[in-house]
Amino acid sequence: MLKPADSVVTFSCPVPIQDYPQVLLAHGGGGKLMQQLIDKMFTSTFSRQSPRDRHDSAVLPAASGRMAFTTDSYVVHPLIFPGGDIGTLAVNGTVNDLAMAGARPLYLSLSFILEEGLSMDTLWRITQSIKRAADAAGVTIVTGDTKVVDKGKGDGMFITTAGIGVLDHNSEISPGRVRPGDAVILNGDLARHGMAIMAVREGLEFESSIESDTAPLAEIVQTLLKEKVRVHCLRDLTRGGLSSALNEIAAAAGVAVELDEPRIPVRQDVAAACEMLGLDPLYVANEGRFVAFVEARDTGRCLEILRNHPLGAQAQCIGLCAARPEGVVTLKNTIGATRVLDTLSGEQLPRIC
Amino acid sequence: MKYLDEYRDPQLTKQLSREIHRITTKPHVLMEICGGQTHTIVKFGIDTLLPREIELVHGPGCPVCVTPLELIDKAIALASREDVIFVSFGDMLRVPGSSLDLFSVKARGGDIRIVYSPLDALKIAKENPVKEVVFFAVGFETTAPANAMAVFQARTQGIKNFSMLVSHVLVPPAMEAILSSPVNRVQGFLAAGHVCTVMGYMEYGPIARKYNVPIVVTGFEPVDILQGVYMCVKQLEEGRYEVENQYARSVAKDGNVPAIAMIQNVFEVVSRKWRGVGPIAQSGLRLKEEFRAFDAEIKFDVGHVKAEESAECISGLVLQGVKKPHECPAFGSRCAPEHPLGATMVSSEGACAAYYRYRNIPHPEGARTC
Repeated sequence: MLKPADSVVTFSCPVPIQDYPQVLLAHGGGGKLMQQLIDKMFTSTFSRQSPRDRHDSAVLPAASGRMAFTTDSYVVHPLIFPGGDIGTLAVNGTVNDLAMAGARPLYLSLSFILEEGLSMDTLWRITQSIKRAADAAGVTIVTGDTKVVDKGKGDGMFITTAGIGVLDHNSEISPGRVRPGDAVILNGDLARHGMAIMAVREGLEFESSIESDTAPLAEIVQTLLKEKVRVHCLRDLTRGGLSSALNEIAAAAGVAVELDEPRIPVRQDVAAACEMLGLDPLYVANEGRFVAFVEARDTGRCLEILRNHPLGAQAQCIGLCAARPEGVVTLKNTIGATRVLDTLSGEQLPRIC
Repeated sequence: MKYLDEYRDPQLTKQLSREIHRITTKPHVLMEICGGQTHTIVKFGIDTLLPREIELVHGPGCPVCVTPLELIDKAIALASREDVIFVSFGDMLRVPGSSLDLFSVKARGGDIRIVYSPLDALKIAKENPVKEVVFFAVGFETTAPANAMAVFQARTQGIKNFSMLVSHVLVPPAMEAILSSPVNRVQGFLAAGHVCTVMGYMEYGPIARKYNVPIVVTGFEPVDILQGVYMCVKQLEEGRYEVENQYARSVAKDGNVPAIAMIQNVFEVVSRKWRGVGPIAQSGLRLKEEFRAFDAEIKFDVGHVKAEESAECISGLVLQGVKKPHECPAFGSRCAPEHPLGATMVSSEGACAAYYRYRNIPHPEGARTC
């Protein structure tokens, strides 16, 4: 597991901060300052190539068989939060999107949009945590870009990524393969990322020891596939949480999903924070959780494999797919009544009282 | 989770359900006052555990739902000003005004911030001395003490760039308005536990006696609601009309005395308009004369803003317990959380939103049914 960025920074920023403690517009201007920033901040961290081999594009060996390709953007406030930062999110989020297609992630690109005035030290810390996250996930950052926008026109930093992975198997993993009777398996407790961010968001701060669950899911998924678990579909539970992910898949696959609420793990302090703010943990964002739709006869084996991995220790079978009503997710609660688990129309908002 | 799991205990809920079935011999219509209770009922399917004779109707206790349209329009006018930072509880932002909501104002450049406590609004005022900070003081007796404290602190600390758009309403006058309506069906109340935590329940005795209705102060978890229903039904079956306290772990008879003193220090009781219901005498709060400098309606001269509510929305009837959300012809089709006609479809405590969120199965033509 990755440690929080602020607890492991041991290097000092190599850009001479006595001269430039903050990012200037000139750092994106194409001149010497930009070259210095790229060389000392990014290339020194990510590149194994000698300067004579560097080019406008990364040139990569062609894979045989199928490839997965994804892109994503990361905007988060604050940039550094309990359990991670925008850099770990960018790497893990992209890796996880590839993993959910059943791919083994290989290469990432990173495009930074920096806001004038961003602390150079913050940029360095985030760059280092990107490196650690990439190493942990087994991916290489092969290309990138840097732009600087005027102060007030960016929220410190935005990151856009792209990712390439290869599929080492012939299985099709997609919502279209989900069938009535499939087991719905979750790899761990919910809502930690969203509540960790909420706890440090301006105006809503509360004391907590909740850390983001951000983690790379490729290895645990690859283990399932190598062990020939019959996985029909995978989905990581990011914005909108478990509920939105299941509603999307139920609608796309034309099946019903019946969940059993007491089996869905939520840590006590996370549940308490959600209760306090009037939020439902089933709709709160995660960054290291996924659901697997698995053939029912493989449920036990799937759970055993997941529980033997650090990112699946609390794995649970949380429900089953049924034929009808198509596209509807229902939840049987602790007292035995069943309700519809709908998709939210927007963001969950803290209640009044 | 301690103090929560025991109130969601499956065995206890079944036992209470059995007891309610055992004592019920005739039909009763009960109203839960608070939107939080409505959500528990719908979310946990409490109504499905009750005998057919017992009908739960949903009361007006959702602060977002009863805030009148013209107050939302005033909030929008204030939030649109360049010199204003408008500070609000989260669930007010989606409430539709006459033509916009606060989210749209934010998208157009309005500086709108969400807080969880009015004292955070005060902090924003201190940190932004060149801006005017306006806090949208919405709610029942529950939020009144903290809002009063924010104004009190602003005066004590001499913070002059802070003011409040006040939309405070009171529960007992609304209960009387419902009971004295010619279309009233309510025979017993589950009173709002959080409101009574602040105010106690001495105010309810005269109402119970005058209208012959049992009033049971009730909490918010499934076991609380079922026990509240049991106590209310037992009174009705025995022909008693008293005030009882199911939520004794939180509510004392006299309430929170310092909190009440703070409300009385800062606010005075006035008539207020309720969205969908209309004006109710002595049913709200406004800032007292000595705190009027903190009244945003006066400070920014928006008192003249008037608005007409949607003719199609039946939220007023829903809030008075006369109709259920799914009896509205617009429910789930022309009115949904993405495009609400009324606030009851917006708020996390609104009855229409609760029905939409927890009960709906998509209808073949895209409309939704319960």
